[in-house]
Amino acid sequence: MFVLGIEAATPVAAVAIVEDGRVLAERLVNNRRTHSINLLPMIKAVIEDAGLTPPQIQGIAVSFGPGSFTGLRIGLTTAKTLAWVWQVPVVGVSTLEALALPLAPQGQLICPILNARKNEVYASIFRGRAGQPELLKGPLAVSPRQLAEVLAEWEGQVTFLGDGVPVYQQELSDLLGERALFTPQAALLPRGAAVAELGYWQLAAGQGLSHLELAAQYIRLSEAEVKLAAKCGK
Amino acid sequence: MGITILGIETSCDETSAAVLEDGITLRSNIVSSQVDIHKKFGGVVPEVASRKHLENVHPVIMEALEQAKVTLKDINAIAVTYGPGLVGALLVGVAAAKAMAYALDVPLIGVNHLEGHIAANFLTRPDLEFPLLCLVVSGGHSDLVFMPHRGDYQLLGRTRDDAAGEAFDKVARAMGLGYPGGPLIDKLAREGDASALKLPRAFLEEGSLDFSFSGLKSAVLNYLNRAEMRQEEVNKADLAASFQQATVEVLVEKTLLAAERTAVKTIMLAGGVAANGGLRSLLQTRALAAGCTVVYPPLHLCTDNAAMIACAGYYKYLRGDFAPLTLNAVPALSLGEEKY
Ligand SMILES: [Zn+2]
Repeated sequence: MFVLGIEAATPVAAVAIVEDGRVLAERLVNNRRTHSINLLPMIKAVIEDAGLTPPQIQGIAVSFGPGSFTGLRIGLTTAKTLAWVWQVPVVGVSTLEALALPLAPQGQLICPILNARKNEVYASIFRGRAGQPELLKGPLAVSPRQLAEVLAEWEGQVTFLGDGVPVYQQELSDLLGERALFTPQAALLPRGAAVAELGYWQLAAGQGLSHLELAAQYIRLSEAEVKLAAKCGK
Repeated sequence: MGITILGIETSCDETSAAVLEDGITLRSNIVSSQVDIHKKFGGVVPEVASRKHLENVHPVIMEALEQAKVTLKDINAIAVTYGPGLVGALLVGVAAAKAMAYALDVPLIGVNHLEGHIAANFLTRPDLEFPLLCLVVSGGHSDLVFMPHRGDYQLLGRTRDDAAGEAFDKVARAMGLGYPGGPLIDKLAREGDASALKLPRAFLEEGSLDFSFSGLKSAVLNYLNRAEMRQEEVNKADLAASFQQATVEVLVEKTLLAAERTAVKTIMLAGGVAANGGLRSLLQTRALAAGCTVVYPPLHLCTDNAAMIACAGYYKYLRGDFAPLTLNAVPALSLGEEKY
């Protein structure tokens, strides 16, 4: 089964084609240009890189959150539209789980963090496990301090990765001391291949959705909704 | 079947899709309004609008195809609004249009939202002959546009502060009428006396075709504040009528000056405020006296809709003016400028 994976939930745009989980082609850019410009030409190119034509794609996986609201919408709109026109199922993959996937077999705690601004990160806590990481907690939108408190529930070292690392590495080191480990830059960014692979497993398990069923997982309300709720609560 | 264009519009708080054949046969025009959602915030909230667009865009496009009794294979091109507008909102329509154009292997057409509003006139009047003059008035714009030929837009005047529709919204909010303000003031103005209150009309320098509505808006707000301090009753109908008259007089006056200067005989109205009854009737009367004809789209095509985008897209299709798959949303796109 050929699956197209789309990742646009962070400043990175990444796409990949997997065949039964095996990566055939992948493209990634982290060039500060908007996904709106990058994404569709990258999808077109990665399908060609894989030596395929669009009718051979049998499913689409897209990272559906958490992440940048705008990025999520570009990724989801694109994925849902292609799924509709190509008449194939689509699945949503956690941005955080896709980040954790390549580190999975290490057996230790993995904590992908995304820069959520307002001094917060989007984070999930996973236990590394062969095949697929085990979700212990998340996804959360928390400050680094709150994240450290949550992590106190488990013992052992924690590997952080994701675009929240360059911003919060020092703070997390101060809070967690030697428990905190950080991956090298090369493993920091989300990958289209991980989205496609996780998506493949879901699709193979018959969990594919129609394009109308898939929705974004923003985790956070919009600021206007938060303010309105606060006003009505008083 | 002729040339079938699918239009998509998501620049503000309406998610819309339309199927248009040969530029004139409107087979469907589905508009999903978010007005009830934004009402409780007192105006359009960009993030809330963008989220709704993502939820609505596919059901709306599917409904447009279904109502038009066409399938995806019948579509010859996808036309989409790529600016001006709210960037997050625009991006949903642009992403959907690009993915459709790629997956269906048909041309992608990027349409300027204002060009769409103007084109709403051609849906019912494809016979209109150039040169034409158009007054585009909406919540975001008050522009006087001269069109010597099709696709050629020359901006003669624009607002220097608030757009006309924006002034309507702000005044309506201050009067406690609610949102959106335009239709509410228009309705109330019919019961009021337009000469009851003396409000300023900003004509700016001699001969200028630019607009300014912030002084008028402030005058109304000051009037309301003073009345509140003195605990005086405000006659809302008279205030609405006087405010509307002051706005409309300036719009009409400058439009006729522009028509005279360009020697144009046909004046078009476009944009949400083109639905305003006061504006339509005063412009009709004054234009007739000046020997000009006024045309405007039917009411439901004045507010944001995808039929007008499909119509503008149709004429671009005829010219072979297609956009690449790198098309991006351009929130501050000007009329006559192409950014792709
Ligand atoms: Zn508009």
